[in-house]
Amino acid sequence: MMRLPPFLYVSPRTVAEAAKAVAEAGPGGMLVAGGTDLYPNMKRRQFEPTTLVGLAAVRELRGVRGSAREGVTLGATTILSAVATHPDLLRHYPALATAAGLVSSPQLRNMGTLGGNVCVDTRCNYYNQPYPWRKAVGFCMKKDGDICLVAPGSRRCWAVSSSDTAPVLWSLGARVRLVSASGERTIPIDALFRDDGIEYLAKRPDEILTEIVLPPAEGWASTYLKLRRRGSFDFPELGVAVALRLEDATVAQARIVLGAVASQPRPATKAARALVGQRLTPDVIAHVADLAAGPARPLDNTDFTHPYRKKMTRVFVARALGRLAGLERAGRDEEELA
Amino acid sequence: MNRGPDEPMKARIELTVNGERREALVPVHKTLLEVLREDLDLTGTKHGCELGECGTCTVLVDGEPVLSCLALPAELEGREILTVEGLAQGGRLHPLQRAFAELGAAQCGYCTPGILLVARALLEATPVPTREQVRVALAGNICRCTGYTKILDAVELAALRMAGRTPVATAAAGSAR
Repeated sequence: MMRLPPFLYVSPRTVAEAAKAVAEAGPGGMLVAGGTDLYPNMKRRQFEPTTLVGLAAVRELRGVRGSAREGVTLGATTILSAVATHPDLLRHYPALATAAGLVSSPQLRNMGTLGGNVCVDTRCNYYNQPYPWRKAVGFCMKKDGDICLVAPGSRRCWAVSSSDTAPVLWSLGARVRLVSASGERTIPIDALFRDDGIEYLAKRPDEILTEIVLPPAEGWASTYLKLRRRGSFDFPELGVAVALRLEDATVAQARIVLGAVASQPRPATKAARALVGQRLTPDVIAHVADLAAGPARPLDNTDFTHPYRKKMTRVFVARALGRLAGLERAGRDEEELA
Repeated sequence: MNRGPDEPMKARIELTVNGERREALVPVHKTLLEVLREDLDLTGTKHGCELGECGTCTVLVDGEPVLSCLALPAELEGREILTVEGLAQGGRLHPLQRAFAELGAAQCGYCTPGILLVARALLEATPVPTREQVRVALAGNICRCTGYTKILDAVELAALRMAGRTPVATAAAGSAR
């Protein structure tokens, strides 16, 4: 048996109690919701909290409310399968429902939460390994070591942002509410992330991500495509999230955000800007897809070769735009390659 | 909750497992998988990867498949847990178990308890699923022996029998597809 190390477990009933508990726990405290990312990391001794503040009993953190007209607020511990099958989300924020439905496996989506997926730990071939494996290679700077084993000359960690929902939420213009014992703030989701494999969140450890707030969806179309080796279980090796507002078949606003190409979701700003004022013709799509592949700088630290993942960025952006233009056949939301 | 100076924190938990109320005093860091197997002697639930990557430890919580290797019993009080031991009723195998046995859908059998429970959850929601629906539902369960075909056949056969739509004889399995 691969067992969890011992810890103290606290089970608050309200956000206020949870905020107090995590503040009192200090540096050894961590929050847990679904546990699908945290517990494996604890079993591999990547996380070593002394106190866990469980959010399972905090009812106010669960559920979806609002409407496409006014915007939708999602409680952070809403499970992924509920996000994936929610009728309003499927209809008005389809990219989000799609992304939630492509996370890992059906069982894991019944446990894992939206907030957990947004905050999911960054991943790397040298980090997501059991303790003896990591010890054998001399550890990396993300845990127990001093250097980056992907880029030994680098001063930073290059572990990869592996959330399916984060790039989508960024493309949709979502905001997140962070609550701590000392106050609360609501920030655009793009301000939640940092391009560093270790300090990948701008959220303080004592802050609880309580809500994800989506702006009104009217006029917007969105889609998400995921690249992975197997049709289940796997984290994204590439995620492409596109959200467009069309006026008379002309793009009025556009956001393209790439997942799994950096330590945070990576916006393809230049490509999105080039779409504005254009009609989605095959020529425009090809040009924009080339621009979008620019910010993708995958390293050799996940599945697939990094040149291939970069090449697929262009292909997937073109497919996503083609789909929103009605040019592509509906097809699958993911690519499986053996 | 009792805790000595150097002992791990323990909690008295009350779980409803296969319709019975069970109590145990266990360290809070023991997973549901460990408590089922080691404290409640329900070893039908298997431990595979123990990291959420194989599905063999699946149990049903309030009818929905979850991974017992990543669930803490302390968070499941008051919920209904079903393990493979709870599938047979009064000494009679569940139709899924019977179909799996008849069609050879289990080889080494290690993934079978998890797959039976996922299939049972599927048939509760969708009594006669298409093959694609069965595949999607079972996408979180890895089997290294069978190649899956007989598992899919067995789920479909059980579904048809439960819906009263097929002869009981095994020979009907082929035409059930």
